[in-house]
Amino acid sequence: MQRHASRREFLRAAGGAAAGLGLVSLVSVRPARATPEAMQEAIRKVVGPARVTPGRVKLELPPLVENGNVVPLAVSVESPMTEADHVRAIHVFTERNPLPDVLGVRLGPRAGRARVATRIRLAHTQTVVAIGELSDGSFWSDSAAVVVTLAACLEEA
Amino acid sequence: MARALVNVPARARRGEIIEIKTLISHVMETGHRRTQDGATIPRDIIRLFVCTYNGAEVFRAELHPAIAANPFLVFSTVATESGTLALHWTGDNGFSVTESAAIVVE
Amino acid sequence: MALLDGAIRRVVRRLGAAVVALLLGSSVFAAEIPRSQRRSGYEFMSRETRAMQDDDTANPGLLWVLEGEALWGRKIGAAGRACADCHGDARAGMKGVAARHPAFDAARGRPVSLEQRIRSCRTDRQQAPPLAWESRDLLALSAYVARQSRGLPIEPAIDDRSRPFLESGRAAFHRRQGQLNLACSQCHDDNWGRRLAGNVVPQAHPTGYPIYRLEWQNLGSLQRRLRNCLVGTRAEVPDYGAPELVDLELYLMWRARGMTLEAPAVRP
Repeated sequence: MQRHASRREFLRAAGGAAAGLGLVSLVSVRPARATPEAMQEAIRKVVGPARVTPGRVKLELPPLVENGNVVPLAVSVESPMTEADHVRAIHVFTERNPLPDVLGVRLGPRAGRARVATRIRLAHTQTVVAIGELSDGSFWSDSAAVVVTLAACLEEA
Repeated sequence: MARALVNVPARARRGEIIEIKTLISHVMETGHRRTQDGATIPRDIIRLFVCTYNGAEVFRAELHPAIAANPFLVFSTVATESGTLALHWTGDNGFSVTESAAIVVE
Repeated sequence: MALLDGAIRRVVRRLGAAVVALLLGSSVFAAEIPRSQRRSGYEFMSRETRAMQDDDTANPGLLWVLEGEALWGRKIGAAGRACADCHGDARAGMKGVAARHPAFDAARGRPVSLEQRIRSCRTDRQQAPPLAWESRDLLALSAYVARQSRGLPIEPAIDDRSRPFLESGRAAFHRRQGQLNLACSQCHDDNWGRRLAGNVVPQAHPTGYPIYRLEWQNLGSLQRRLRNCLVGTRAEVPDYGAPELVDLELYLMWRARGMTLEAPAVRP
């Protein structure tokens, strides 16, 4: 996974995000976090120059997760799933995990239904984006905001 | 030894859309965690899952570290003919597991 | 000035009274949860986590049950014996066992936990190297055995021999300890249902062990969970298998008597 954002851009983005949330920006030894820019770049890599239109994709996530380590996620795309008109791929991205890519799924008319479910990790409260690629080359998307709280009693490593 | 739980209906009608649920034990080490002394624990994840139906690929998923430990995947396929569904997981450190499930399609 | 002094004194007195009430609280209010109000941790979980537990094709704990099933039939050790050779089919032979443990062990003169029982069998009967605490194989076997009690009521046998250990566990549950000077009962008897940093405080009934805990992303035993809590309250943490932990396990199972075993459960 390449992240081309320069150090200055990263800090500016991180500071801006933190200021926007009304938080003091912290210097931490945690690994660099993906930014909304990094997510956009990861999306570009998959989508290319094509436009992504919100709609037709449904991203299901609980609005408040019990534990960010295991978050149930499902993505479905409206489609007849015929040879002529089907979903070719579904991609999932996050805004604030260490890396923006989550899952990339290849489908086809043999899938019958464009729906995939899994469980993901979410490091922070953030927005998750799902993109559906159709057989006609068009891209559609849905996004969901998720609140992630930490467990009350954290275990020793 | 990695254990996998695969749920495929034993029988289906021709043309029916069947749901396949898979669960495999794997730590999915992200590569971001550190030990007490600060050393990074290297990444160790399943990277690819492929399902074939009598040899033809019907589903493929690329997994990244954001997929939770003991990866759970649910997808569907059209029951076209009787035969075997082969499920294949591959990943870091030579991880490779294949499970098969037979299906009778009438 | 005098007015302010008076006001401050009143506040201090009121605060003092509150502090005294809190101090007394741990002994006066820590009554057992009435049976009709007893609720499993399951009921405090989100819909999604409950769905994860309910579906045997989606519950990660079942991966360990599968492994346990394989281990059950495997001959090992100098004795070349499998669990199945003595105990037969686990579905019949192990039915109710997890629901009755910790159980009194005459040879040791004290109750032992399910994990301790499995470890003893491994060394004494199978004459194989011991299973490490929280090792994959020990968890797999305990998950497999516990699964055979799923749906049964928790019913540890208490008699004159095990009663002293039950009392020791009860005392531990109600004893303030650690830097936070907290007793288990203060959260789990007096404040269950309330929130602690975004999570709901459960009643702490061991209805689902060994559990797949989302926080661990792994299966784990009741003793692991107890040790976590002790770390969380900044108390001293006994080693796995320590008598204090087994006594506490016994008390918790007794406190949960009549409730249904859900093993292997999923918990946040």
